[in-house]
Amino acid sequence: MNKTDTQDGSKRVSRINRFFLDLHDVFLFVVRIFKEAFLPPYEFKEIVKQCFEVGVKSLPLISLTGFITGIVFVNQSRPSLSEFGAVSWLPSLIAIAIVRALAPLVTSLIAAGKVGSNIGAELGSMNVTEQIDAMEVSATNPFKFLVVSRVIATTTMIPILTVYTTMLALLGGFINIHQHEATSFQTYFTQVFNTVTFTDVFASLAKSIVFGFTIGAVGCYKGFHSSKGTEGVGKAANTSVVLSMFLIFIEELLSLQIVMALIS
Amino acid sequence: MKKKANIDTSEKVIAIRGLKKSFGSLTVLRGVDLNIYKGENLVVLGRSGTGKSVLIKIISGLLKADEGSVKVLGEEVGELSPKELDALRLKIGFSFQNSALYDSMTVYENLEFPLIRNVRNLTRKEINVAIEEALEDVGLSQTIHQMPSQLSGGQRKRIGIARTLILKPEIMLYDEPTAGLDPITSGEINNLINQVQEQHNTTSIIITHDLTCAKTTGDRIAMLLDGQFQRQGSFEEVFASDEERVKQFYEYNFID
Repeated sequence: MNKTDTQDGSKRVSRINRFFLDLHDVFLFVVRIFKEAFLPPYEFKEIVKQCFEVGVKSLPLISLTGFITGIVFVNQSRPSLSEFGAVSWLPSLIAIAIVRALAPLVTSLIAAGKVGSNIGAELGSMNVTEQIDAMEVSATNPFKFLVVSRVIATTTMIPILTVYTTMLALLGGFINIHQHEATSFQTYFTQVFNTVTFTDVFASLAKSIVFGFTIGAVGCYKGFHSSKGTEGVGKAANTSVVLSMFLIFIEELLSLQIVMALIS
Repeated sequence: MKKKANIDTSEKVIAIRGLKKSFGSLTVLRGVDLNIYKGENLVVLGRSGTGKSVLIKIISGLLKADEGSVKVLGEEVGELSPKELDALRLKIGFSFQNSALYDSMTVYENLEFPLIRNVRNLTRKEINVAIEEALEDVGLSQTIHQMPSQLSGGQRKRIGIARTLILKPEIMLYDEPTAGLDPITSGEINNLINQVQEQHNTTSIIITHDLTCAKTTGDRIAMLLDGQFQRQGSFEEVFASDEERVKQFYEYNFID
């Protein structure tokens, strides 16, 4: 074994070590979120402010995306169904697709891009400019004030936004179906609600709670631990989005397995 | 030249013994010993990266010491519980190098933040009076509704100091108070540091490598070299040294 091989080997070991150390830090960070969320004092004012930031300020983007998702999904599904003469099944198909997967996924991915990057950049810049230290020396717990309030906001607002996206996507789907098949509003929504089960709605909400927690926790972790300097802020914003989206897809896959197991 | 301050040498406000601090393989503080007395302005001089800011971060509990004892107002900082540390921090004002004003809040909200979180049962009127007084102290009453991004560097420093003064601290820690400011604004900040000492009878540590600031504000100068305070005394005493690094430090600064 030559010297280069030994150096490569030790680099690999240190990278593996760092990965596990990072994983340990993430675990402690998540445990601390749960611990501090339940212990007083509670930052109600900041939580409400963050809910507004996450929920209300994301509405225009979420509305547009949800509505378009419904229209596009119906448009793309119609040719396949018409081959089998099953166009009348479109409302059922869209209901299942939107409620079970598309609404939570689309909402969370949009929120990961908008809210996750915002949280990562904001906390990263506060870290760089010593605002977090300033909070700490003025006897305020910055973790509770900045992290816990944001994670609670994303965890509560993403499920609400998911319900909103679901309604808009179904509406978008209805407009498309009504134009092409002249299906009435009542017929469309009767078929939609007859198709969707309690498990579908419950799974959709449960998933979006997990996605919301992921977006908040990842954004806060990356921002809170950003390296000093402007480069660190950009990196925190970027990795918040990429990591959140990656984890959302992994969680979607896992939740699919759980739901399938429950149904069967 | 600075007016003689009312220093009580019988009362140690900060007592540091054998303080050591390293970051990985880099050792910045190698056994620091220091006493700071009530009402005194101590200026810590030293080149960048010598651990000056680390020292005040350890005093305020933002960093933990590797070894040694740091007693602030009679309490061992490293042994305090989070609650006790918070109580101690209310007696310490920390003015950061870049002011560290909360970007998303107005000047009013920046000053209100420490007050409403630490002093219970204040009426809106009392909060407003406290904020107005703090802003008057630093001569910036007109900026009350402005955002930090609308302020100049000197104004930001002053508002940062006002935010710390609002809790009426016994100790003030200034991290590079004149860094990045023009000479006139630096002079105003130096005068403000002296004014705070006189009006509020605070004990202060001023971290700087600006000799004008050191001469104008310091009752005593301590020079950090090789991770230890190797020279202490009045400005003249410290710079009477023949040591090359001390002479260099003096010569590279423009001073009357």
